[in-house]
Amino acid sequence: MSPDKLVYMANQIGKFFAHQGEAKAVAGIADHIAKFWDPRMRAAIQAHAASGGAGLDPPVLQAVMILPTAGGEVPRRGGGEPTRSL
Amino acid sequence: MSLIHETDHGTPPSKATTSVTLRVDGIDVTVPEGTSVMRAAMDAGIKVPKLCATDSLAAFGSCRLCLVEIEGRAGTPASCTTPVAPGMVVSTQTERLKKLRRGVMELYISDHPLDCLTCAANGDCELQDMAGAVGLREVRYGYVGENHLDAAKDESNPYFAFDPAKCIVCSRCVRACEEVQGTFALTIDGRGFESKVAAGMDQPFLDSECVSCGACVQACPTATLMEKSVIDIGQPEHSVVTTCAYCGVGCSFKAEMRGTEVVRMVPYKDGHANHGHSCVKGRFAWGYATHRERILKPMVREKISDPWREVSWAEAIGRVVSEFRRIQAQHGRGAIGGITSSRCTNEETFLIQKLVRAGFGNNNVDTCARVCHSPTGYGLKTTFGTSAGTQDFDSVEHCDVMVVIGANPTDGHPVFASRMKKRLREGAKLIVIDPRRIDMVRMPHVQASHHLPLRPGTNVAVLTALAHVIVTEGLVDEAFVRERCEPDDFAAWAAFVAEERNSPEAVAKISGVPAELIRGAARLYATGGNAAIYYGLGVTEHSQGTTAVMAIANLAMATGNIGRPGVGVNPLRGQNNVQGSCDMGSFPHEYSGYRHVSDDATRAVFETMWGVTLDHEPGLRIPNMLDAAVDGSFKGLYIQGEDIVQSDPDTQHVVAGFKAMECVVVQDLFLNETANFAHVFLPGSSFLEKDGTFTNAERRINRVRKVMPPRNGLADWEITVAIAHAMGVAGMDYTHPSQIMDEIARTTPTFTGVSYDKLDAVGSVQWPCNEAAPQGTPVMHAGGFVRGRGRFIITEYVPTDERTGPRFPLLLTSGRILSQYNVGAQTRRTANVMWHDQDLLEIHPHDAEQRGVRDGDWVRLASRVGATTLRAKVTDRVAPGVVYTTFHHPLTQTNVVTTQYSDWATDCPEYKVTAVQVTPSNGPSDWQREYRELSVQNTRIAADAAE
Repeated sequence: MSPDKLVYMANQIGKFFAHQGEAKAVAGIADHIAKFWDPRMRAAIQAHAASGGAGLDPPVLQAVMILPTAGGEVPRRGGGEPTRSL
Repeated sequence: MSLIHETDHGTPPSKATTSVTLRVDGIDVTVPEGTSVMRAAMDAGIKVPKLCATDSLAAFGSCRLCLVEIEGRAGTPASCTTPVAPGMVVSTQTERLKKLRRGVMELYISDHPLDCLTCAANGDCELQDMAGAVGLREVRYGYVGENHLDAAKDESNPYFAFDPAKCIVCSRCVRACEEVQGTFALTIDGRGFESKVAAGMDQPFLDSECVSCGACVQACPTATLMEKSVIDIGQPEHSVVTTCAYCGVGCSFKAEMRGTEVVRMVPYKDGHANHGHSCVKGRFAWGYATHRERILKPMVREKISDPWREVSWAEAIGRVVSEFRRIQAQHGRGAIGGITSSRCTNEETFLIQKLVRAGFGNNNVDTCARVCHSPTGYGLKTTFGTSAGTQDFDSVEHCDVMVVIGANPTDGHPVFASRMKKRLREGAKLIVIDPRRIDMVRMPHVQASHHLPLRPGTNVAVLTALAHVIVTEGLVDEAFVRERCEPDDFAAWAAFVAEERNSPEAVAKISGVPAELIRGAARLYATGGNAAIYYGLGVTEHSQGTTAVMAIANLAMATGNIGRPGVGVNPLRGQNNVQGSCDMGSFPHEYSGYRHVSDDATRAVFETMWGVTLDHEPGLRIPNMLDAAVDGSFKGLYIQGEDIVQSDPDTQHVVAGFKAMECVVVQDLFLNETANFAHVFLPGSSFLEKDGTFTNAERRINRVRKVMPPRNGLADWEITVAIAHAMGVAGMDYTHPSQIMDEIARTTPTFTGVSYDKLDAVGSVQWPCNEAAPQGTPVMHAGGFVRGRGRFIITEYVPTDERTGPRFPLLLTSGRILSQYNVGAQTRRTANVMWHDQDLLEIHPHDAEQRGVRDGDWVRLASRVGATTLRAKVTDRVAPGVVYTTFHHPLTQTNVVTTQYSDWATDCPEYKVTAVQVTPSNGPSDWQREYRELSVQNTRIAADAAE
């Protein structure tokens, strides 16, 4: 999953919770991502955060860092050919 | 089986609560005060002859056939216009009345063709019936005098004919157009003998304002207005009550049949959603079920560029299972998923999510509600505690102020729009919040008190500004808030909305809506009596769609407009079973009844029932599936009844996702655009060919009944069961959809009281339907919110990142039109194309002039992600800077230009805001050219199989 898109999505979530103050916002963001993102998306954003989390707003980065490790199996990549042409 | 003949009481029921007792032909009868004598007689089992009266219309008193005698009163009053009185003694049959009625009938028949044997209404003609009822035996005036028998027929409408030679000028059609439909397209032109029914300015029906709802045809007592299908086929011999498969109103219809052929669809008076009314889609546009392009045999192919090869069901399903299992073995359990359909039944939807969760072993199931009303689910669950609208449709009768925001009911939900218009004609006020001047802003006898033509993407700012006015001007219903809502959340919200940056004056600069308009609308909403908000995809399909839903809920709570008839928050669902598909656990994070997959207790219910261990992690949503496919971790998809390629945003990205998958299975009626990228095609069944239930926008569970055998051989639920069996999923041994509903009831707390037996007995129920509410729940949150106390949410406005600029200076917003439905797969295969045969781009005259674009010109519509071409319609319905189009035609593929921006909470795409440029064009875009070539190649069916 493209880190850029996931970063954008996570920051969008962060903006909704921003008014709640840092502690509540971090918890709210983490809860939302845990409830609605599938394990591969969470694994990808966690990997991005672990490598510095470029582009993630500070509370969002904190939220990603406290996300529980995705349970179950994370599907393997392979064979996809991203393309915009026919 | 036989025809269902609904009783016509002659005049509408009285809503009075006090009773009156009278005597009719020696029988004492007690009726509500205000009831007509005609209706009271009918209650006593006495049919007074009538022609101009019917109980869907106010009494008119013109035909002079329903005369009665009343003791102590002079003359022979019309029973339809005479209200009952205590102690009244009525005679409906006397020598004087018999003579008068025969005289009236003689006059009618003297100017009526005597062609009963060859007339399409033979056997279903009230004039014929009345001639018999009054004992007409001769016409003393003869038939050779001046008459209307040579009046020309109008056959311009594709669905019904108008034969004025058979018209008795009873005005039922005119009154139906006014009172029931609210279009006012018909009139009586001329006076006396010259009187005739005329459409528009005495135009052919097709050229007039007529919207082909069919109300006039239904009201006509003769063959003057007659369905062409009846003219072609003949009178039906049995009927089956079922539910329309178009929009979220969920109209009940009698499918009137001759054998297994549908003769006509007639709106059912006892239908609790539509009360006997219909629109052009449900009433007439059902011919797609037998369209020649319908695919009736399963097909497979190795590569999407190969021609399709017809195969047996066993081979097709075997291919699905072997490919899905191969993909899972190679790429992991989560590499496949399924998409349920908001067009399919609850039972079919429930089965697909069961197949995914229990058979695929993951939660990668989603539904097209993802791309329309998913923000409604999240927003209303957060604020009120449950993911559904709060009212029934009948609630509108008690409404004093309607707010219509981001919805176009006369096009998208026309039958309910007629109810709204009726209430508005009775004096209710209307506020429209929409970038476009929808019809309801100003139409015959309806005019909005306020139209807030906001800039696309600024809903949250405007809704919060409305709240600002309500809080700062002391218009909050403090008692309601104190008793029903979380106090701390309210206090924080009130402080937030009261900030100057949320004032109408500040928001005017963002939204383009003058501050005084916002203030006026807020005051009217808060102080005008019962106020209800009706909203559509113009609210949800934004990057802040969920926030906007919450802002709406905040307004309703702050003003106490929740929990009783006439008020509430009412999402108008787009497709027929959007509500149901969400209820049935189609979302990847929750089971039926909106319970999260991580909830151990809920999971245990299903694990026990299904005998498998279930995944506790949320699955992929549709946009995530496509992203994961492009990324290479998602390889197989089973899609029932959806055309993702045409309906989802940024078509090129969608296509890239599909091209990256290894096994795409499409189950549909037609080779839709998504089938261009499929490896297995499973022919689906239409709503006429299966049993089940749909749940409409008011949470009403309505029965869908099979009226003909599936032309493809299997109902959709049977296909899913076959896949499940082949995958070894246990507990899928259903023999009838009623058993699936029983399983839903056993596992879903809000459905425990639902069964086919109950639905057959009472017609329909609105969930929650359980021990606490055995007959269902018309109005929710009456005594308290489902979550306990209502929760105010702070709705900070965050502008979308889709911005206009020098290259893309206009904002595109999109929507629907009355005659077409969603991607048009059904309606494009009916005569509805006569009204809308292509998508048009609405552009303001100022913007058109600047670009040298004239009405009807081909234009190129380009955004940052793609371009298409279509014809321009120059109109000031849209504001300068805004353009609008529909998405019904695959040759246009409007979604080539829409982007991947989506709602922060639910990933619902931001269809309603795309920065675009419009330029004159003389040919299709590169994408359109390439796509047409691909479409031709990918829809080929091998010649040997097709023979």
